[in-house]
Amino acid sequence: MSTMTDPPKADFRLSMLINDTRYRSLTFQVIAAIAIALSIWYLGNNLIQNLRAAGLNISYAFLGETAGYDVNQRLVEYNSQSSHGRAALVGLLNTLLVAFLACITATVFGVIAGVLRLSNNWLVSKLMAVYVEIFRNIPVLIWIIIIFTIMTAVLPAPNAFRGENPSSSMLFDAFAFTNRGVYLPKPEFANGLFGSTALNWLLVIAALVGSWFATREIGKKATKKQEETGDRPNTTLLTLAVWIVPFVLLMIIMGLTWNVPELKRFNFSGGLNVGGPLIALWFALSIYTGAFIAENVRAGIQAISKGQTEAAGALGLRSGRIMNLVVLPQALRVIIPPLISQYLNITKNSSLAIAVGYADITATLGGTTLNQTGRAIECVLLLMLFYLTASLTISMVMNVYNASVKLKER
Amino acid sequence: MTDQTTNPIAFVAEGTIPPAPPPANETGIVKWLRDNLFSGVANTVLTLASLTLIYLLLKGVVPWVFNGVWDASSLAECREILAGKSGACFAVLSERWPQLIYGFKYPADAYWRPNLAFVLMLVAVAPVLFFDLPRKMLIFTALYPFIAFWLIWGGTILAPLVALVGFVVAGAVFQKLGKNSFAAGFFGAIIVALVVWKIGGALIPEGASENAWLPAVPSRDLGGFMLNMMLGVTCVSLSVPLGIALALGRQSDMPLIKWICVIFIEFIRGVPLITLLFVASVMLSYFFPPGSSVDLFLRVMIMITMFSAAYIAEVIRGGLAALPRGQYEAADSLGLDYPQAMRLIILPQALKISIPGIVNVAVGLFKDTTLVSVISMFDLVGMIRGPILASTEWNGVYWELFGFAALLFFVVCYSISQYSQWLERRLATDHR
Repeated sequence: MSTMTDPPKADFRLSMLINDTRYRSLTFQVIAAIAIALSIWYLGNNLIQNLRAAGLNISYAFLGETAGYDVNQRLVEYNSQSSHGRAALVGLLNTLLVAFLACITATVFGVIAGVLRLSNNWLVSKLMAVYVEIFRNIPVLIWIIIIFTIMTAVLPAPNAFRGENPSSSMLFDAFAFTNRGVYLPKPEFANGLFGSTALNWLLVIAALVGSWFATREIGKKATKKQEETGDRPNTTLLTLAVWIVPFVLLMIIMGLTWNVPELKRFNFSGGLNVGGPLIALWFALSIYTGAFIAENVRAGIQAISKGQTEAAGALGLRSGRIMNLVVLPQALRVIIPPLISQYLNITKNSSLAIAVGYADITATLGGTTLNQTGRAIECVLLLMLFYLTASLTISMVMNVYNASVKLKER
Repeated sequence: MTDQTTNPIAFVAEGTIPPAPPPANETGIVKWLRDNLFSGVANTVLTLASLTLIYLLLKGVVPWVFNGVWDASSLAECREILAGKSGACFAVLSERWPQLIYGFKYPADAYWRPNLAFVLMLVAVAPVLFFDLPRKMLIFTALYPFIAFWLIWGGTILAPLVALVGFVVAGAVFQKLGKNSFAAGFFGAIIVALVVWKIGGALIPEGASENAWLPAVPSRDLGGFMLNMMLGVTCVSLSVPLGIALALGRQSDMPLIKWICVIFIEFIRGVPLITLLFVASVMLSYFFPPGSSVDLFLRVMIMITMFSAAYIAEVIRGGLAALPRGQYEAADSLGLDYPQAMRLIILPQALKISIPGIVNVAVGLFKDTTLVSVISMFDLVGMIRGPILASTEWNGVYWELFGFAALLFFVVCYSISQYSQWLERRLATDHR
């Protein structure tokens, strides 16, 4: 009888580094590490030599220097004497503004088009299919330029509003649509509770958020009552009151007035000016991304089995309520992950603002500032850092939301 | 009684009665209209609204297109011919056609070269797209990049020849060494190719491009839709292998390789293409050896390839993740090593699942090639916004030009997506 013994442990040989699976991955990683270190050394060395030859260094001091250029669309105080850093901040806020607005409208367009594409109405569904195909297959840059061209070519110039018998007139004497942008009445507080406008607006937002929480509480209470007694109390009036009363009170206390735009010598002044480039970019991004979202929504709805719709129909729900109460809540789970990447796309595509002259961060920091100071490396690095941060933040926030609507499986 | 005996039954049916036609409003076009367009108040309103919208669009567009002027030398002349009627000025397309397609600096007597390259491209791409074509055609596909390079850029034929020889020798070395060890074959092939290129580059005589049969055209003279096509085709074909490598790297068990791939992919996906193009136009030259000048086309190509490779890597990772675990285990139990398992079992299936996603990325990338106009390269959009709209003759012809650009992109992208749907049906080998 033979006894089983372990085979003798082989001594380490050099060939085992490539032939033995235990060591091979280590070999490869060491090779990779060396290759990366070498290429970083090579590129860094080139960079240092090139910078020395050009007499440059890496420094971010230019951010504190006077920018000397003007930005027409801004959310914070800025003039041509402000610093490059301030200009970058203005651009950053402008990027966030257009991305935020476009995300909202693109979702609205997308959901409407996606639902209508599945409509029983043959004409409507075909029309939506044409919309989706046309917008998905033509570059967004072309759409942005086309819509900007429509705005500047079709809308009247400010001087068309002038004279005894003007060719254009203001809507309700308060809204002016011109090729330089849209002028709206601007709400202002005559006796605000705080000195700064921003704080007053924060207060208004806080009041609205409070109303939203109160509405949720009312809804929860009503559901609890319904579960106990079977009757759902009518909360419509209470909800309306919770929304309206604090808001109106706040407006009266702070003395809301409207600053209506007026035609001055060359242009409108006063009021709130939403520039043409912003509107063009906003609209183009929403309608372009809307086409993509429509496809996601359609796919999400079609992923819900027909039995769900039929079961809801058997319960006696009307088609509108079937959509709202049964299909969409389930479809949302399928729709949200691609929706996140569409929001990221909007944020990244907003960098095309440079094509229509909207002062986003690519146009201020990556455009004028870069050209004036010649600090290419620093500007591009800052730009990338900003977009990376924005992308990661958006996907983090949306992933949290995704986790909250995900099907809870046990 | 007598009645009953002579004629006991009043009527006997001798056959079945032919079915009566359904009521007029339950059949044919009327029923279809009622079901699909006017089945309720809401539906009727929607239908009427859509009809109005279509009517308004057609009312504006149809006379504009049909009154179009195709033969004029400036916008003013167009307006004279139209005499106040609504009509397009398509003359800009016929007059500036070469500029729109080839850019404004490409030598006019050499237009046949990109044209031939385009036709050959269709031949080269055909066996890749349609599997029924003879496999021998793939040899031409492999030769095509060198032919196209020589046709479009011109200059000495020795440069593409040396490149080709490098690839052929590398392929032979890989065949020889790769039988025993994939890694040995792979690295051996790279080293041999580099050696061949170095020697071959030294052999090409100085100034060989001066009086070559095809005059050399510098990269900065390329433009128009040709530039979009070139960037789109080259970057997509280069980024597929790179994307596969990145996807496999991201799935790898080796932490260092994995993290390099993750950081690369997430970084590229987190920044807009424009910032990468800025890198190409203002920053990349700092990283090349001092004194060397790498032309803008190549720099842009590098950045766009990296960009699309990151997206394709994510698509392929999705395909790899969708494969059942059993496939990996089956490959292992057959005794295949990692390269064999990937090449023979995993990738063929994973790539098949990934095709729709890869095509989506390709379409998106092709549309994104228009962004190079932002860093002042004169692609189709750059040509329209730059030289053409700025010229005194055609200042203000927006609709015709942008409509044309939109139409070109639509035709290409829509055909690609239709092809992808056909391929998906064709490759659906599972039973449904």
